[in-house]
Amino acid sequence: MSFDVMMKLIMAQGMLGLNNGVFYAMLSLGLAVIFGLLNVVNFAHGALYMTGAFVALILNSYLGVWLGIGWLHIGFWPALIIAPIVVGLFGILIERFLLRWLYGLDPIYSLLLTFGITLVLQGLFINYFNASGTPYPGMPESLRGVVNLGFMMFPKYRLFVIVFSILVCIAVWFVIERTRIGAMLRAGTENPELVQAFGINVPRMVTLTFGFGTALAGLAGVLAAPIYSVSPLMGANLIIIIFAVVVIGGMGSIAGAVVTGLALGLIEGVTKVFYAPASNTVIFFLMVIVLLVRPAGLFGRQG
Amino acid sequence: MSPDTTAATMTKPLLKVSDLHAWYGESHVLHGINLELAEGQLITLLGRNGAGRTTTLRAIMGLVDRRTGSIQIGGAEYIGMPRHKIAPTAGIGYCPEERGIFSTLTVEENLMLPPVVGPDGMPLDEIFTMFPNLRDVRKRMGTRLSGGEQQMLAMARILRTGARLLLLDEITEGLAPVIVKTLGTVIRQLKAKGYTIVLVEQNFRFAAPLADRHYVIEHGEVIDVVEAHEIETKMDRLNHYLSV
Ligand SMILES: Nc1ncnc2c1ncn2[C@@H]1O[C@H](COP(=O)(O)OP(=O)(O)OP(=O)(O)O)[C@@H](O)[C@H]1O
Ligand SMILES: [Mg+2]
Repeated sequence: MSFDVMMKLIMAQGMLGLNNGVFYAMLSLGLAVIFGLLNVVNFAHGALYMTGAFVALILNSYLGVWLGIGWLHIGFWPALIIAPIVVGLFGILIERFLLRWLYGLDPIYSLLLTFGITLVLQGLFINYFNASGTPYPGMPESLRGVVNLGFMMFPKYRLFVIVFSILVCIAVWFVIERTRIGAMLRAGTENPELVQAFGINVPRMVTLTFGFGTALAGLAGVLAAPIYSVSPLMGANLIIIIFAVVVIGGMGSIAGAVVTGLALGLIEGVTKVFYAPASNTVIFFLMVIVLLVRPAGLFGRQG
Repeated sequence: MSPDTTAATMTKPLLKVSDLHAWYGESHVLHGINLELAEGQLITLLGRNGAGRTTTLRAIMGLVDRRTGSIQIGGAEYIGMPRHKIAPTAGIGYCPEERGIFSTLTVEENLMLPPVVGPDGMPLDEIFTMFPNLRDVRKRMGTRLSGGEQQMLAMARILRTGARLLLLDEITEGLAPVIVKTLGTVIRQLKAKGYTIVLVEQNFRFAAPLADRHYVIEHGEVIDVVEAHEIETKMDRLNHYLSV
């Protein structure tokens, strides 16, 4: 294989890897935001991502039928706004009525609770929808087809997902690291008691943060719907990888979650070029190495 | 003598704490604290390590697991108020013993973090005149400051909010004499501007010339109250209370 061909292959797999990577980044970003302030490992994150995809699917293909309005199809662009709101509100209910009782207890309780929520959501969707997946037909016309990247023809929609997700990640990073709201969040993460004594309503901030983190999962779900088929188990497969990303990046680190998510997607893709069977395990291999060398993760504060 | 004998000579108190009990979990730390001070006054809480002075301030701020009794500020009752409403409603600024500078926030972010609680917050210009060192380190991360700078930041941060009642916990602890001197000047300026101040202090020599009255706390109770003009005559007693 010539060098030129090799490079093209690497870049092509890199792009596909990056496409997975943006999902890793967005989901681990939400997990990191939640873990930072709440100290809760939200196992339900994958199920909420799946719920976001289903909200998009329902809006497009089922709602009209259910309501007896045959012409009603709420498409991709509205879903991109509605689904994160629905999932975020659901997250707010979870925090307000379930998680809240578990603060101050061993973190294993909130992990178990969110694991339980995962099973309930999966069970519900398996009951009413095809367990092996339903295609989402709502991809907007303007994003169909391919673009020529020079080294490969790349689906337009996937390119959109990559660019859009990276912009979302940058925006979230900016808000948290550079704005007053972000300063309140960071301060609340460090010393919630003092922040509250200054007159900031920390419990409300916690609720909204959880809602925001889950809304990000919902958003990722909508973006995933046109690419992967919408299935009740789509989050279960992903959440394990996401946890690995979070562990490698460092629990609670915002930049760490994003950079690690993107990087691991890339690494996974490029590994396919050299030794395809290893591409599914390379992330876990890296996780073990990172845990041995830097137990707090690449971006986590050590000690 | 009873701790209340001085009350009659005072004008209407701005802060009046009566029979304040406080708990951390099951442990009962305050056993009926009584104290009061009028607007513009400065009192100190003196006592040995573990006497309950920090807890008294924390109980006023709602930072204990349970509290009973009465905390009146400007005539209104605060004992049942949720903690995030206390500072904005009462116009309190709280400077905790460990200073509470946030390490993931820049100096400027630390300074701007607490919400405004009163109408006449100190403008940034005036703050930087009072604490000139802070002006040059605005972009630095909060904990990359010296102890003295952190203490000044912790003070500046509450002055900006417009709080008129300041609860200051051991602000001189572990600081070099020159910085302690600066803080003394700052407290004197604040008093001249009419702030009302509760000062927890170990350093009696720092506190003595500033205070209108001293409360001696032991085992979560006020065991003596010493007016500023009584210091000379009661020096032996004070030394006895504070000796380790
Ligand atoms: N979080 C806590 N949980 C349980 N007990 C506490 C807690 N904080 C303080 N105490 C106890 O409450 C008592 C009063 O402590 P406090 O911090 O108010 O003392 P202090 O007068 O400020 O003394 P100093 O600051 O010099 O140590 C001490 O016996 C202390 O052990
Ligand atoms: Mg103390």
